[in-house]
Amino acid sequence: MKSYDRLIFELSVPGRTGVSLPASTSKKHKLAALGSLLRNTAPALPEVSELDVVRHYTNLSQKNFGVETGFYPLGSCTMKYNPKINEEIAGMPAFAGLHPLQPASQVQGALRVYHELQAILSELSGLSEFSLNPFAGAHGELAGLMIIKAFLEDRGEFKRTKIIVPDSAHGTNPASAALCGFEIVEIPSTAEGFVDLDQLKAVLADDIAGMMLTNPNTLGIFDKNILEITKLVHGAGGLMYYDGANLNAILGQCRPGDLGFDVMHINLHKTFSTPHGGGGPGSGPVGVRKGLERFLPNPQVKKDGGAYYVEKGADAIGSVSGFFGNFKVWLKAYCYCLTLGKEHLKDVGRFATINANYVRVALQDDFVMPIRGFAMHECVFDGLVDQSTGVTTLDVAKRLLDYGFHAPTIYFPLLFHQSIMIEPTETESKQTLDDFIAVMKKVAAEAKTEPDTLKTAPRTTPVTRIDEVYAAKKMILTYQDYIAESGR
Amino acid sequence: MFKYFPHTEADLALMRAKIGIRNDAELFADVPEAVRLKKDYRIPSALSEIELRARLKEIAAMNQTAVVFSGLGAYDHYDPSVIPAIVARQEFLTSYTPYQPEIAQGTLSYIFEYQSMVTMLTGMDVSNASMYDGPTAAAEACFMAESMTKRKKILISATVHPNIAEVVQTYAHFRGLAVDFIPVFEGETSHEDLAKMLDDSVAGVIVQKPNYFGIVEAFAGVADAVHGNGSVLIESCDISTLAVLKTPAEDGADIACGDCQALGMPLSFGGPYLGYLATKKQHVRRMPGRICGQSFDKNGKRAFVLTLQAREQHIRREKANSNICSNQSLMALYATVYLSLMGPEGMKRVNELSYEKAHRLYDLLVATGKFAPVFDKPFLKEFVLHTSIDQTVIRKALSDNGFFGAVSLADYDDSYRDVVNFAVTEKRTDEEIERFAAVLGGLS
Repeated sequence: MKSYDRLIFELSVPGRTGVSLPASTSKKHKLAALGSLLRNTAPALPEVSELDVVRHYTNLSQKNFGVETGFYPLGSCTMKYNPKINEEIAGMPAFAGLHPLQPASQVQGALRVYHELQAILSELSGLSEFSLNPFAGAHGELAGLMIIKAFLEDRGEFKRTKIIVPDSAHGTNPASAALCGFEIVEIPSTAEGFVDLDQLKAVLADDIAGMMLTNPNTLGIFDKNILEITKLVHGAGGLMYYDGANLNAILGQCRPGDLGFDVMHINLHKTFSTPHGGGGPGSGPVGVRKGLERFLPNPQVKKDGGAYYVEKGADAIGSVSGFFGNFKVWLKAYCYCLTLGKEHLKDVGRFATINANYVRVALQDDFVMPIRGFAMHECVFDGLVDQSTGVTTLDVAKRLLDYGFHAPTIYFPLLFHQSIMIEPTETESKQTLDDFIAVMKKVAAEAKTEPDTLKTAPRTTPVTRIDEVYAAKKMILTYQDYIAESGR
Repeated sequence: MFKYFPHTEADLALMRAKIGIRNDAELFADVPEAVRLKKDYRIPSALSEIELRARLKEIAAMNQTAVVFSGLGAYDHYDPSVIPAIVARQEFLTSYTPYQPEIAQGTLSYIFEYQSMVTMLTGMDVSNASMYDGPTAAAEACFMAESMTKRKKILISATVHPNIAEVVQTYAHFRGLAVDFIPVFEGETSHEDLAKMLDDSVAGVIVQKPNYFGIVEAFAGVADAVHGNGSVLIESCDISTLAVLKTPAEDGADIACGDCQALGMPLSFGGPYLGYLATKKQHVRRMPGRICGQSFDKNGKRAFVLTLQAREQHIRREKANSNICSNQSLMALYATVYLSLMGPEGMKRVNELSYEKAHRLYDLLVATGKFAPVFDKPFLKEFVLHTSIDQTVIRKALSDNGFFGAVSLADYDDSYRDVVNFAVTEKRTDEEIERFAAVLGGLS
């Protein structure tokens, strides 16, 4: 099965089809009347039967590794279990069949989910109100930065054009700030990965709009100076943005609003269990502290007595989405919140952190631990302790695939050269972690005894290591390119 | 114990001992005492699965699904049964962005197929792996135009859907780009005004087909005028219609973008949908988002991999083309499976049926005498009519009869107060069309 390597176009036989559609009932009106507005030739889409399609995509799926296949310790991605009940509910026709422009009176259920989920997220974050419209984490960041800019412009503070971003930040932070028209001021972190307070003080001035921070940071460490950091930035007239990518760690422990953050986003596809779909659809709600609500994006969902309604706020940043964001995604997150409730949501961060530290301690003799002290929800190593073999972090990651594990995040954070970032999440058992630890130790041993096995790994996967240089050089980006290239 | 946490007390005791802690609070010692959470969250108590099902059934009952006769960016096309079966496969559903291509060839293969199909429909050379939705794709296309021309102004035809225009305006405002609207002339982009508005500050021009009123604009001479000014032509289209309409490439556009919702994605109250963005090969390095390319593995076997990543945020940070990380990958699978099932013939039939049924409804409504043509221009599946019947009366009557349609454009622009929108897809039966027209024809 895993050797299957066709593209759907290669199954195509002229005349086949995968659908049956109703017969035409109109003789009067024919599409051909559009004449010169029509394209000259039909698109070269595949012609295949329904079974061809089902079998092809089933075969393709078997070349993929999902959370239900096995342990997926991809750092910074919070690959927790995606509950089945949430999928069932999101598929209900009374949700899936709603047109986004139906009058509010016909979509009270959908608006209720919106309103109640934003209230739950506000309580968990210690903020005042959320918009569920942003489609992904980076999109929430962008909306959040727009809110900061709109707030400052509203106060006539047009001089504040710079955003502070630590060098350890996720790449989306500086990219979102740039997209929003801010200048980026990067500050170096301390050797332990903390915000360097002296560096921060040195850049604080009346041109600073705010600072973006994730805490725990991308090294998996909680910055204990957080209250001083937020105080310093506020003192200089800036706002604090919380990158919620690592929120899973602090569920039940503390709240970004209480730490002094003014604006944040949450990745529902991380902390709130919605599936990642091979890279989306996610959902990145953006939340704000009291006083900033009026800047949240349109459309806004409000409640008046028992009725929910939709409105466009005059002070809103505008719209960042065609409609209400990824509805079915935030519906699943709502189900997750109701399932865990106040009794279990508070344990998420604690169990995630115990799991990460258990792995950290177990692997510290074999992998370099660049930072001492407890990790939060994820732990970072800087390659193998024994560097004499020439075996790299990439080799270790590829060998893990042979053993049936997804690899951790590698070469991020950028602060270390051989980063291995492991995030086990709270849904994994001690047995799974023990299996993973045993394999990591075995791989570390193999690095000494049979380094070539690691350098040529993986071997059991549908394909082995791929020539990335060829892909970038040849730029074969479509089937048409492929045919042209292979015909050459 | 709780079903999503496998930690028994015995496990926890062993794990704490290994970590070297007596209690879990030690792990959180860096959290300042003053802000440690000491109270329960003020949120509802946990529900069992039985209770959750019942609760959501109750919430679902607060919604009213309807037979849909409007569009405005979301179309009630048929979604084949194969799609939900395929996209629910956990290997597709629960995996992450394909960072380890050796165990993500399934995802990478369908992204490659998706990119191919988008270029077949748009006539462009390259497509990225997906965008969030049509409106954000248009906004990103504007930033491409900015980067291609080093200019700072965007012209949007007033016949572009206001939802798209609003998102473009929002992105442009914060980025520091100016936005101007090209006036409407008889339901289409005024070519005369466009010619006057083109100057050396214009980075890009956005037009839409079929446009906000459902009209299929011809765009003859538009590309020459825009290119003659050194600007970029961006064409926003419902991709489903491009199976039969002249492609953006044939229209001379430099960037094609829009929504793929009509390709098998349920209405879902507006999301998740899928944006597409395609362009000419020479602009590929200015594209936002992920791009998948073909290569070979070490054994010479064909393989697919994310490529041209030097454009992206995780490498280039603030100098990246875009901030996109998570996109709408699974929705690209919806579109790919849909287009595979349909093939060229199915896509033609969908458009033919939509055309025939939409025109039939148009005739029936005009014949009632309560609705009058606004423009005498060609349309495909969506159109507008003038009516003097009050919108609240229309809403109530349609709702009472299980319909949704005849949406007033007044929500977007008060000058279209008496203009209402209709869209008809292949899903609508003759009986539904007749009943819908009869309900509206009976109003006054």
